[in-house]
Amino acid sequence: MGRILAALLAGSTAASPLMAQNHDQMDHSQMDHSGHQMPAEEAEAEVDHSQKDHGDEEAKPVDHKQMDHGAMGHDSPAPAPSAAIRNAGTGPPNAADAIWGTEAMRASREAVYAEHGDMRMFWFQGDRLEYRARGGEDGYLWDVQGYYGDDINKFWFKSEGEGSFGEPVEDAEVQALYSRAIAPFFDLQAGVRQDLTGPKRTHAVIGIQGVAPYMFEVDAAAFLSTKGDLTARIEAEYDQRITQRLILQPRAEMNLSAQDIPELGIGSGIDNLELGLRLRYEIVPEFGPYIGVEQEWKLGGSRDFARAAGEDASVTNYVVGVRFWF
Amino acid sequence: MQKTNMKFSRRSMIGSLAALSGVAALPMPGWAMGKMTGHGGGLVRKGMDELSGAKIDLHIAGGRFATGGRSGDAIAVNGTVPGPLIRLKEGEPTLLSVHNMLDVDSSVHWHGLLLPFQFDGVPGISFPGIRPGARFDVPLTPRQSGTYWWHSHSGLQEQAGHYGPIIIDPAGPDPVSYDREHIVLLSEFTPMHPHNIMKKLKVSEGYFNRQKTSATDDYPLSAEERLMWGRMRMMPTDIADVSAPTYTYLVNGHGPEDGLELAYRPGERVRLRIINGSAMTFFNVRLPGLPMTVVQADGQNVRPVEVDELQIGVAETYDVIVTPKSDGAFALAAESMDRSGMAQAVLTSQPGHKASFPALRDPPLLTMVDMGHGGMDHGSHGTNTATAVDDGQMDHAAMGHAMPDAAPADAAGGHDMGAMDMSGGMNMRDTSLLPDSVKVGPGIDMVAMNPQDRTGYPGLGLDDVPHRVLNYRMLQSIDMDHHKREPEREMVLHLTGNMERYMWSFDGRKFSAVGDDPIRFGHDERVRVKLVNDTMMAHPIHLHGMFFELVNGQGHHQPKKHTVIVQPGSSATFDVTTDEPGDWAFHCHLLYHMHAGMMQTVSVAFPEGV
Repeated sequence: MGRILAALLAGSTAASPLMAQNHDQMDHSQMDHSGHQMPAEEAEAEVDHSQKDHGDEEAKPVDHKQMDHGAMGHDSPAPAPSAAIRNAGTGPPNAADAIWGTEAMRASREAVYAEHGDMRMFWFQGDRLEYRARGGEDGYLWDVQGYYGDDINKFWFKSEGEGSFGEPVEDAEVQALYSRAIAPFFDLQAGVRQDLTGPKRTHAVIGIQGVAPYMFEVDAAAFLSTKGDLTARIEAEYDQRITQRLILQPRAEMNLSAQDIPELGIGSGIDNLELGLRLRYEIVPEFGPYIGVEQEWKLGGSRDFARAAGEDASVTNYVVGVRFWF
Repeated sequence: MQKTNMKFSRRSMIGSLAALSGVAALPMPGWAMGKMTGHGGGLVRKGMDELSGAKIDLHIAGGRFATGGRSGDAIAVNGTVPGPLIRLKEGEPTLLSVHNMLDVDSSVHWHGLLLPFQFDGVPGISFPGIRPGARFDVPLTPRQSGTYWWHSHSGLQEQAGHYGPIIIDPAGPDPVSYDREHIVLLSEFTPMHPHNIMKKLKVSEGYFNRQKTSATDDYPLSAEERLMWGRMRMMPTDIADVSAPTYTYLVNGHGPEDGLELAYRPGERVRLRIINGSAMTFFNVRLPGLPMTVVQADGQNVRPVEVDELQIGVAETYDVIVTPKSDGAFALAAESMDRSGMAQAVLTSQPGHKASFPALRDPPLLTMVDMGHGGMDHGSHGTNTATAVDDGQMDHAAMGHAMPDAAPADAAGGHDMGAMDMSGGMNMRDTSLLPDSVKVGPGIDMVAMNPQDRTGYPGLGLDDVPHRVLNYRMLQSIDMDHHKREPEREMVLHLTGNMERYMWSFDGRKFSAVGDDPIRFGHDERVRVKLVNDTMMAHPIHLHGMFFELVNGQGHHQPKKHTVIVQPGSSATFDVTTDEPGDWAFHCHLLYHMHAGMMQTVSVAFPEGV
């Protein structure tokens, strides 16, 4: 059967120039396929009646015009029907208004637009919630963020902090940002940061967050405090899947400062550097406990401040924690 | 609004209210349609009943659906998922009454049916939607025949089970001869709420993909290639946005564990009416050991072509004839394109016969061609039907048409770009290649550099299988178009998206941004529309209300379709005669792509004096 079909196909393509020139001689064999039960006579009738193709639309006068053109022959393509009106209108499509009423359509139209592209999403992520074992008092850290908004405009909030057990919280901050998609993979973010510890400074924030080439997740921001101090923070992390659920995540963070800020123990230049490696098992994509290690160095002036305060300038944290989102 | 509906219904229904209730039994044994017994306790039945006659009532209501040990909320129509088969006859009027018993708005779109636009069933475009408790009447006299389907066009209801098949029998003898027929309606079930799926897609790229590249995968990718994909921030495994195990794939509402059986007797010509009624899944359909003769595509008869496998895009239909010669059982395997799962039914001559299903094949990977770097990878893509194309070309040359249907021409065309320079500075997003009509913004993460017509491509993962696979260039309409008009104008529309943000649009503009500026056509214009896919996903693009002819090199036998797959990084072209006035939806039929904004209104002017 396959061979027959192939032959038919081959025959039909070879014959088509002829068919185009002379329909009366249309090769009936082409209409009489093994897969179709229509007898040859009927096939002929169907083929010869050019109306068949247009029969569905016979109610419309314009189609009759079309048929006339067809009868004139094919060598020149049928001209555009003179009756065709361009839809020169502007504004919303409104054909349905004439039938169902403008008011009824307006509501459903607004709804359908909003539904197809303007949905807003809420997302919350605990990127790092971890216990940190280290020399001296063990500590903890949180690093969470979330947003609410549409594809382009979002309200974005972030909070991170850390401390040692048995002591007051060492560092804590919250950020409230307006985030706008400016490129396929990056958002521009601007807003305020409030420190919740120490001198409880307030900062203006401007930054970018997104996915860099090679799939690095990047978050970089500059902070200008109400005291006029300029600092910056750059974070990058990368998910290397080992299996579909087991993920090795290298992470780097660097803090910079444009000036010495003695009351915060920050020296100008590179303030500190953190390099971490976390091995996560995603029980579900939304929930993955992890273990890891993170090394933190204070550098330059910050190192000097730390030493002067009797603190270690270099700390190794063995971490266990969980990453989740919803 | 409810009032308006009713008033209109009454007015338009005068003369056709001789309401015959048309619930009829199927002309085949119950087990053949896979009717399962013993379901109760609020569970919806697995489809399908059949409705026909002058009045057909559809009741949309909620329920619970269960298969394979999982259950979840569903929307059933007349108590089943899929909803009932609506069986009509060409030329015979019927009244379709849709009753919305949900507590939210609903709708029914008659996919592929020619009818006045106000009955097309798209809330906000063709009508206001059906309010809870309201009824919507659609008077219909079919002016076509073939296999179609219906589904909700409200929210994400289609995912939950609100869909069903339509068969319109021809007024005259059916040119397709067959002894028995079965509907093969492919879809998905998930216990996850569709809104939740949408959210996961938005906030977490690749959430549903359990076949990602990893340090321990066995994908045939070199380290260099892996780096290249990483540099582009894209994944070669981005084949399906949602897949198994989130989805259980269904045939006629039956999961693999439900053991759906379709009957045959040896020697019969069995017509399978394959409908892809899924929300997000392309299926590779085959019956190992049984060739399929494709006789219809999207409800339109085509010249019979025998294949061993075909890929069916979301919302497409294919009718195939199979002729099993002897007693036995054949596996009807519909493997998801990403090969994460399979919809299964058994074509069997004896109830209870088991067929052995083929194992899932290795998942395919995207290539440079899928990024629009056509011509760089001839070996595996697009060249397998060069012959068919050439024939088409010759055909036209002989006819001396001024404008040849040249679209499927140059599989090997142009662009020498230091092929396979994986590590080099290839620009994946050269927006200068885009026309002014495209709005460049964060919603576009890729621009196809050299998009080729790939209508000769059988679909992802099927270009290197050792048997015959259908592709679009093999489709020829039965009816010859004697009066084929040349296009009066050409339109280029870019399919655009951002995987990471899950933004999808036409020409860089989501429906939410551009709804009030529809694509406008004059009445009875002849337009050539070229769709350029600037994304790495295959999009099944559906035009409501009108059939278009696929420009596939088949001259006066270009097949008519309502849905066309535009392969990743490539183009597809259709000609359309805009002879159905009114406002029509035009969208990607991947449900969550449409919902994300890949949709537009096509507004066709009314003829003068109407």
